Amino acid sequence: MGFLRSALAITVKDLRVELRSKEVINAALSFALVILLLFSFTFDPTGEETRAMSGGLLWLVFSFAGVLVLNRSFARETVNDCLDGLIASPVSGAALFLGKVLVNTLLLLLLELVCLPVFGVFYNVPWLGIFGQLLPVLVLGTWGLTVIGTVFSALTVNVNLRELMLPLLVFPITVPALMASVQLTTLLFNGQPVEMLWFRVLVGFDLIFTLLGLALVELVLVG
Amino acid sequence: MSAQTLITVRGVWKFFGDFAALRDIDLEVDRGATLALLGRNGAGKTTLLRMLAALSKPSRGSITLEGGELRSEAQRRRIGVIGHGIWIYDDLTAAENLEFFASLYAIPDPQPRIDQWLEATGLARVRNSRTREFSRGMRQRLAIARAFFHEPEILLLDEPFTALDDRAAALLAGLIEKAHGEERTVLISTHQLREALALATDVAVLDRGRLAFRGPNTAELRAAPEDFYRRHTEING
Repeated sequence: MGFLRSALAITVKDLRVELRSKEVINAALSFALVILLLFSFTFDPTGEETRAMSGGLLWLVFSFAGVLVLNRSFARETVNDCLDGLIASPVSGAALFLGKVLVNTLLLLLLELVCLPVFGVFYNVPWLGIFGQLLPVLVLGTWGLTVIGTVFSALTVNVNLRELMLPLLVFPITVPALMASVQLTTLLFNGQPVEMLWFRVLVGFDLIFTLLGLALVELVLVG
Repeated sequence: MSAQTLITVRGVWKFFGDFAALRDIDLEVDRGATLALLGRNGAGKTTLLRMLAALSKPSRGSITLEGGELRSEAQRRRIGVIGHGIWIYDDLTAAENLEFFASLYAIPDPQPRIDQWLEATGLARVRNSRTREFSRGMRQRLAIARAFFHEPEILLLDEPFTALDDRAAALLAGLIEKAHGEERTVLISTHQLREALALATDVAVLDRGRLAFRGPNTAELRAAPEDFYRRHTEING
């Protein structure tokens, strides 16, 4: 109980700070919308090929914008050395990690929900009718990305080139989750049934890396 | 280790790469003691205090609190820290900062205590203002409130008087004296000899990562602190 309360305290604090500063969401959202706009000039929005790669396109945007969110996750704790305050407090590294993953997931989901209608208009992809099926894919894919991103955000917090390091570390490891999310999203956009194999890959990835993150984050933070 | 010993540092070394910041430190601190940790820049004071605050681990040796592992959540609850950073969130208000730390330390019904600390630090009037709008002195007073807020049994204060304005320095000195009166254990690392010796019951001097002196704060020492300090900080040439 204390574990969950601590994690939620961190989530609420980060959300409050973000809603006031809008430091991350403004940058990530602008970036995502600009990429969607630029790609829409590049491809024929009505073409079958565009529809076929719609999942990949969407997750590419979410991943790149997501890295902007994840970069600030632990970096914002370096102002006034607040990370030391968290590490010295009687909150476990696992609770701190879970709190950060929760807030990063919420911020990214918010960004995705704003991007989806824009994507639908620019690329002529009807998404509203399949939203119920798409939502679990968005949640699971985003969770996978944020779990990995949060661990590496903690690991690179004191690295000078962390903005460069984070995507280099995160993307290779998240390949299985991204592949599964892309496949499932593309199938849904094309009106085809969901392949359970990809769904299982996504759930398995999330479970394994959440447990690994919870177990390893203390080592990452304190050594 | 006597029955009174609260903190035990045994054979502690700390390496940063090949550089040994601390070398074979043995130190015991009794319950209720106020220990002034003296030493020049780079002597290892901050490194030692960071390890005592469970912010980093010794490369060799051990640090225990009454024989218990320092990094456990129960032990960390007993410690309050003023470090080089103020550990305050700029986009939260003064009250929200204290509320957040109250939730981390699982303090039940924290509101009366928050009110009391904001009043004591002269920040009640600006309790709902974001701390980024505060002056340096106001931020320092909030940092002091944050460190003392959960009524820690052990206080680790790293250069606590550096850059404090008069009001914050008076507040802190009063709180340290009060903590001593309440049998709490205080470790203060500082360059400011006379202020530290006015508050301390015990003195330790670090010199280039080694413990050069450990003993009680005597009248003789207080009479000529600069001589004493020079003698022990030049012990290794």
